Amino acid sequence: MNLLEIKDLYAEIEGKPILKGLHLKVGKGEIHAIMGPNGAGKSTLAKILAGHPSYEITNGEIWFKGQNLLEMEPEERVFLGLFMSFQYPLEIAGVSNRHFLQTALNAQRKGKGEISLTSDEFESLLERKMALMEIRPEFKERAVNEGFSGGEKKRNEILQMALFDPDLAILDETDSGLDIDAMRIVAAGVNKMRKSDTSLIVITHYQRLLDYIKPDFVHVLSDGKIAKTGGAELALELEAKGYQ
Amino acid sequence: MTAEFTAAEYKYGFTTDIDSEVFPKGLTEETVRAISAKKGEPPFLLEFRLKAFRKWKEMVEPHWLNAHYPPIDYQGISYYSEPKSKPRLESLSEIDPEILRTFEKLGIPLEEQKRISNVAVDIVFDSVSIGTTFRKKLEEAGVVLCSISEAVHRYPELIEKYLGTVVPAHDNFYAALNSAVFTDGSFVYIPKGVRSPMELSTYFRINEKETGQFERTLIIAESNSYVSYLEGCTAPAFDTNQLHAAVVELVAMEGAEIKYSTVQNWYSGDPKTGKGGIYNFVTKRGLCAGNRSKISWTQVEAGAAITWKYPSCILRGDDSVGEFYSVALTNGKMQADTGTKMIHIGKRTRSTIVSKGISADQSHNTYRGLVKILAKAEGARNYTQCDSMLVGDQCSANTFPVIDTAGNTAELEHEASTSKLNEEQIFYLQTRGLSKEEAIQLIVNGFCKEVIRELPLEFAQEAQKLLALKLEHSVG
Repeated sequence: MNLLEIKDLYAEIEGKPILKGLHLKVGKGEIHAIMGPNGAGKSTLAKILAGHPSYEITNGEIWFKGQNLLEMEPEERVFLGLFMSFQYPLEIAGVSNRHFLQTALNAQRKGKGEISLTSDEFESLLERKMALMEIRPEFKERAVNEGFSGGEKKRNEILQMALFDPDLAILDETDSGLDIDAMRIVAAGVNKMRKSDTSLIVITHYQRLLDYIKPDFVHVLSDGKIAKTGGAELALELEAKGYQ
Repeated sequence: MTAEFTAAEYKYGFTTDIDSEVFPKGLTEETVRAISAKKGEPPFLLEFRLKAFRKWKEMVEPHWLNAHYPPIDYQGISYYSEPKSKPRLESLSEIDPEILRTFEKLGIPLEEQKRISNVAVDIVFDSVSIGTTFRKKLEEAGVVLCSISEAVHRYPELIEKYLGTVVPAHDNFYAALNSAVFTDGSFVYIPKGVRSPMELSTYFRINEKETGQFERTLIIAESNSYVSYLEGCTAPAFDTNQLHAAVVELVAMEGAEIKYSTVQNWYSGDPKTGKGGIYNFVTKRGLCAGNRSKISWTQVEAGAAITWKYPSCILRGDDSVGEFYSVALTNGKMQADTGTKMIHIGKRTRSTIVSKGISADQSHNTYRGLVKILAKAEGARNYTQCDSMLVGDQCSANTFPVIDTAGNTAELEHEASTSKLNEEQIFYLQTRGLSKEEAIQLIVNGFCKEVIRELPLEFAQEAQKLLALKLEHSVG
């Protein structure tokens, strides 16, 4: 059974159609890269999967672990094992990163019917994961994403992926705005954090991220649907020839 | 944002059926005399009331706030109301069960509070104080917490000495009105060197329809004493506007500290039409009379149709400290014009102002502050921070900070910001596993953190929940 199956998805925002008949299947442990020109609908797809309220689904279905994702609140999707790394992570003033992460993790544990972690348990887990991501301890005390550099925000996203341990992670332009060193750290983090059976949807403009996170499939999203699907070599081809 | 989310229903909208003794509507010198007679007051207090009344008659109802209200018909208000059954203080079982049920609905588990928390509760039900718990424990420490009418009889010399000294009867229109007709309120006295063994708490609640509330609170902290006082309010939903014109006076002697915390959640009127709701026109002022004294105001203003108040500090003693921490939340059609005045008189006096305004729906939220530094206040310092958060695009937020400094040795700092609570932040937190309500609570509590952490713990939690509850329906 596919972990995720998207069937003939049409979606619009404020009356403007964005997705126009998109199909996608993602199996357990697979890495799918979604590439494509600006405005093709890549970020829209990510947001719809995560449950953004602004998009209207006019047709189609999304099944995740055999459940109808479109009927679920964003947080319910999280409880089911979905994670999305934001292209532009939001800032939350006055809330320490530690408090945010602990609140989120325990909300998820509660949602999954698990027992909350104590502060001590959480602290040691957080420290382990932060060390893996090469994030300095002071980031525990800083307000969520406030004054973080682009690379720090993305690393903080991947840190969350590590803490929340999802079955499917959607990385929306995780490489955008990063220099090559920052990208290497983030990509290495993804690889370290990811268990072998975690599936990934990697949304990116550029092939370079895929040098570090090796995709099983590469899809070209164009004008609201998958125009082409291939293996890792397709990304190289696109890099050389462009999307036309 | 869709309209259906704006109709937050008032959770505490119910009335209690208690046989009240109510004065006929209207206000004349006779009414004032009748109130005083009813309460068996000494002549000095009647004189105080009559002077205030005569001043008030010469004054004009003010309208300079950044809000609108129709002229109030002061002859259409009844100035005295009390529950007919007057229970004794010793046992709660003697209190009218209907009243106890009201408090239960309000989520004030009195029995629970008595048992598990260290809080003494003095309940003002309409205008007459019904019960004071923990009195004995406080008495052992020499701390007095009682209704002001009781204090008039038990400590007339203190009342005569201090009443109207911080907020003079002619201070403003509503203070004058209050001075003439106040019916009850709280009195606190902390003797020299005593630290109050518990936080003192009062819940106010308006019950009688169309009965204005004119609470009067006086807190005196003698040298090197400390007290933390909590005030919380909720009120039932009524269609007619209700005037709440309270006066609070604080006096801190040398080395004394008074911490005064408020969580205000009066009925704010119909969120769509703005009909009904409380006019919360309150004069609160503290006098740092002695050197090294400190007065700290913390307020969470989340209710009332109109909130109009500036809890202030007169920093007369050298090295005295004034603080003002405020969250004012407006939604629906609410209007708030609140802030503080810090008057620096003594040398090296310091003040801190942290104001957080949150406006949602079609509400108006104004911060107005004055930092006045007199020439002799050498080395005075002030820090002011004013932050506004907007929810939606139909509300407004204004800040009017005024600095008036006579000397050149003062140090002043001012910071201000405006931000928006947006759907994207909420969505982000939801994708991390928080419900929408939890997301709003986290964001708002982050915004208000510097204020909330000044509240005593149990109040802080209540306030956090209240803020999130009020905004739940404002974020589409």
